[in-house]
Amino acid sequence: MGITKEEVEYIARLARLEFDETEKEAFTHQLDKILEYVDKINELDTSHVQPSSHVIPLENVLREDNVKESLPRDLVLANAPKKERGYFKVPKVIE
Amino acid sequence: MDYEPVIGLEVHVQLATKTKLFCGCRTTFGAPPNSQTCPVCLGFPGVLPVLNKEVVELAILSAIALNCTINPYSRFSRKNYFYPDLPKAYQISQYDLPLAKDGWVEISSGGKIRKIGIIRVHLEEDAGKLIHEDSGSLVDYNRCGIPLIEIVSSPMLRSSQEAYEYLNALKDILRYLRVSDCNMEEGSLRCDANVSVREKDAEGFGTKTEVKNMNSFKAVKQALDYEISRQIDLLEKGRRVLQETRLWDERESRTHGMRTKEEAHDYRYFPEPDLVPLSINPEWVNKISKRLPELPKDRMNRFLKEYGLPEYDALVLTSSRDLADYYEECVRLYNQPKVISNWIMTELLALLKEDGIEITQVKIKPEHLISMLGLIDKGVISGKIAKDIIVHMFRTGKDPSLIVEEKGLVQITDEDEVSKVIDEVILENKKAVLEYKSGKTKVMGFLVGQVMKKTEGKANPQIVNKLLREKI
Ligand SMILES: [Zn+2]
Repeated sequence: MGITKEEVEYIARLARLEFDETEKEAFTHQLDKILEYVDKINELDTSHVQPSSHVIPLENVLREDNVKESLPRDLVLANAPKKERGYFKVPKVIE
Repeated sequence: MDYEPVIGLEVHVQLATKTKLFCGCRTTFGAPPNSQTCPVCLGFPGVLPVLNKEVVELAILSAIALNCTINPYSRFSRKNYFYPDLPKAYQISQYDLPLAKDGWVEISSGGKIRKIGIIRVHLEEDAGKLIHEDSGSLVDYNRCGIPLIEIVSSPMLRSSQEAYEYLNALKDILRYLRVSDCNMEEGSLRCDANVSVREKDAEGFGTKTEVKNMNSFKAVKQALDYEISRQIDLLEKGRRVLQETRLWDERESRTHGMRTKEEAHDYRYFPEPDLVPLSINPEWVNKISKRLPELPKDRMNRFLKEYGLPEYDALVLTSSRDLADYYEECVRLYNQPKVISNWIMTELLALLKEDGIEITQVKIKPEHLISMLGLIDKGVISGKIAKDIIVHMFRTGKDPSLIVEEKGLVQITDEDEVSKVIDEVILENKKAVLEYKSGKTKVMGFLVGQVMKKTEGKANPQIVNKLLREKI
């Protein structure tokens, strides 16, 4: 079962990416190949293997609740294309 | 046809830590915009989040108090969506393996106790704040990365009143734990509601809407009432309820449908690769449960038994841990639980309400309240005068003996002095005196009142009564 062009379009929309028809075709093909490759793992019997989400054998990496100074505000806003009264300013978003 | 609502609440509670969930930025409310941000909470490339231990412990403490099972293994996931309040374009949350699950809280509904199920409690970070102006939207990331727990109830609330009770029960418990101040106005508690209606006693569920944007407990109740009747109305007209998110409009007292794109809810969760899993063993849980205070319900029951208080008094006095502590400190100093309860319930709480402050901000120290009661016992002041004195104590925080001295409020217990005033009153109120003599004993109250008025309330009422009876 392969990836369809519609799925590529859907994912592109979610990621706010725009592709032309040639790119869509190319990505459909490439994604399909990648999934096919990863599918190989299904040949193994993993029914007795604990699922893992992390590859490093670490857990509970924690820090104490101690304050660290924040960035100075002019630095925070230094790269903002638009700012106003200490805020970042973006095109109006309406919910 | 009879309908019943089916309500489930998703409550977000800000945990009272000094710093954010994954960085050392402060969480102080009301700081200037973007003054509490750093590369981690601004989502700069290459930064790594590190989990705040206190957040985990407060969340575990909450989960224990909400009778949940703590998952021995939980992890964080990324919830992906684009919105200017989210600089990383994903929110770090928990998805398939939340911190805790399967709990309950008790509420009272129609005189009965109901256990309301809690499906899960999970950790997540807050997003930034947006201010919409005509020329654009302003973004403040101070809230971004603030630690939250989301508490998801099972859909077993059957009225807006039950939802209200449930919220209050949650608030009372979490405040007792000092896990959060649960202040809806400041956003440290937020509530979204899933609402549907169905024919009474039906098996399945109707189509639900998600109601958001309520910023007080009262607004939650109003929004639910509105939404329930809106849905019933639709069904009775043979129309159907649309599954959508609706926003409560406080000003218009109604909900509005929110236009959303279809794929808006595809968050593509996946495990957060930058955070290692959380493993919580029973020893850790035990250690944290030692921080568990006596909870509101238990404390109320103890107040009923130990102090013989009426149920209403016990309920009010245990509604906040600080108030209950204050009360118990007073009782420790002066073993008259009912007298103290009366003074707190009628005078002190009225003053707090008038000024809109909390018991923690009150200037009257327990030892001063007690010494005021001592002055009444010793006959230095009357109960009536004490009611004025407590107002002065409330305003100034002064010792009551000092106020009595400064204001010359000492009770007149000298019989000669009282006697003089009584003679005047008898002379000035001959008619009333005659009425009393002819058997209208009710007039006595009026005459006593006249004496008290002349002495500015300072005459000892027992002496006034005694002498008046002797003289007429
Ligand atoms: Zn930060």
